[in-house]
Amino acid sequence: MVSQKEFTDAAFNQLLGEGKLMASRCKRCGALHLPPKPICTNCQEGDMEWTILKGKGKLAAFTTIAVGLPRMIQEGYGRDNPYCSGIVEMEEGPRISARILNVDARNPQKLKVGMPLVVDFFERGEGEKKRTLLAFKPV
Amino acid sequence: MYIKKRRLGRGVAIVGAGVSKFGSFSDKTSRDLFIEAFSELKQSVDRGINPKDIEALYLGNHIGEYCEGQSLMAPIIAGYLGMIPKPATRVENACVSSGVALREGIIAIASGLYDIVLVGGVEKMTTLSTEGVTDALGSALDALYETPAGFTFPGIYAAMATTYMDKYGAKEEHFMKVAIKNHNNGALNPKAQFNITIKDIMNGRIAKAKQKGQPIPTWVDEMEFLKDPKANPAVAWPMKLFDCSPITDGASCLLLVAEEVAKSFTETPVYVIGTGQGSDYPLYEREDMTTILAAKFAAQEAYAMAGVKPEDIQIAEVHDCFTIAELVGIEDIGFFSPGGAIRAVEEGITARDGAKPINTSGGLKSKGHPVGATGTAQAAEIWLQMRGQAGARQVPDKDISLALTHNVGGSGPTCAVHIYERR
Repeated sequence: MVSQKEFTDAAFNQLLGEGKLMASRCKRCGALHLPPKPICTNCQEGDMEWTILKGKGKLAAFTTIAVGLPRMIQEGYGRDNPYCSGIVEMEEGPRISARILNVDARNPQKLKVGMPLVVDFFERGEGEKKRTLLAFKPV
Repeated sequence: MYIKKRRLGRGVAIVGAGVSKFGSFSDKTSRDLFIEAFSELKQSVDRGINPKDIEALYLGNHIGEYCEGQSLMAPIIAGYLGMIPKPATRVENACVSSGVALREGIIAIASGLYDIVLVGGVEKMTTLSTEGVTDALGSALDALYETPAGFTFPGIYAAMATTYMDKYGAKEEHFMKVAIKNHNNGALNPKAQFNITIKDIMNGRIAKAKQKGQPIPTWVDEMEFLKDPKANPAVAWPMKLFDCSPITDGASCLLLVAEEVAKSFTETPVYVIGTGQGSDYPLYEREDMTTILAAKFAAQEAYAMAGVKPEDIQIAEVHDCFTIAELVGIEDIGFFSPGGAIRAVEEGITARDGAKPINTSGGLKSKGHPVGATGTAQAAEIWLQMRGQAGARQVPDKDISLALTHNVGGSGPTCAVHIYERR
């Protein structure tokens, strides 16, 4: 048993904090759910298990954002300093939204759908508010 | 996709419609805007309506809490219309709030519960800064897994655009062509927030530079203007300023009645013969990110109910919150094959004088997008076009008897499609 945690957002985030990107797998039909779901949306069974992903994937969709969320503006991003958000398709199949780091967000034309990426974890906030966020970066 | 052919318990017709001026009005609240739309509605009912006869209100409103510190907008509006103690219900489904309010009104009449229902929507957005609106609209994304990744509303549609470009070879120019077309229509709509073509916006900037003795821009046409990052900066690449619908104050409403009483209000009702609504996952969970399943499902349900096909529909108002959304939208409602929207926009098929006019009102891009008011504003445009009352923007050489509206919420997790007939 990889983890006995419930299939919740809190558990998913705790596992991210341990440096693990984990999905839930349906024991009946084998479907993978990332972020984890407690009920399989494929066969609607509720018998799930945690599975760790290898952390390798490819860029499926992306954007470089100049007018960001207030939280991102506080981090220093803006019209002159855009950031990249993307959707990553994992080698195991499911996709997830994440920050894309270590790319030149000022030159989005150079980013390509399909480019290989590897998982990265980064921390935001301090003390009790500290949280590990999911990111990917080019291989 | 299995579609069950559903039918309404009885027919429903639109017998009046009203839209406020769309724009930025520092001296108007949601209440003022809705009353402006309702006053026009009253004038539009050929044989008149006594507001006392209205039995219920369904009101779309998305971010009233953020913009005016006001939830529970529906009974407040009902109070301003003299409708107390009739039932008033707010429908919150992001940008399809009033599209779903329309659907709920139809269902309420079709069920036999009411004969006369007011449906509409209102949004007062300009109380917030651009960043504030980005934050408020961002609440319609997946707050656990999209916003932590930094996604904004334009950002999600931009991501959709990158997959669409990758899969079908669309270029940034194709998105720009949608904006140019919709501004060409909006320039003819006095209610539009941007009641001006992109060419005239460009010429205005050139004139201003000359007047101020500044270096004169060398744009030769609107496409060059849109390709200039100084004139058209990226918001979320590849979506630029002129790919995004604006921040808008506005309201719209429709008077719905049971088919059997429609003729007591007007000789030319607009019948709603199809309604469909669907849902979809957040973008990252969709099997194909170049299409919106909620829209396809809603459209197919509406077509099945109406007993018509996409090729029968003469005009449509399509949810162009971002230019990519119009391309995806006209494919999802079956007007064009997947990727076929590129050729459609290149060849002018969707222009006002084309074979399949899309967004004669100017669309969300030019007319404006007061999110909660958009769905019923789309239907109000169809009402005018079907009755030959659309003025300078009336579609030429076509007698419009079948039309459709496509209203999407959020990044596509919700959508309502309606089909209208003039007999």
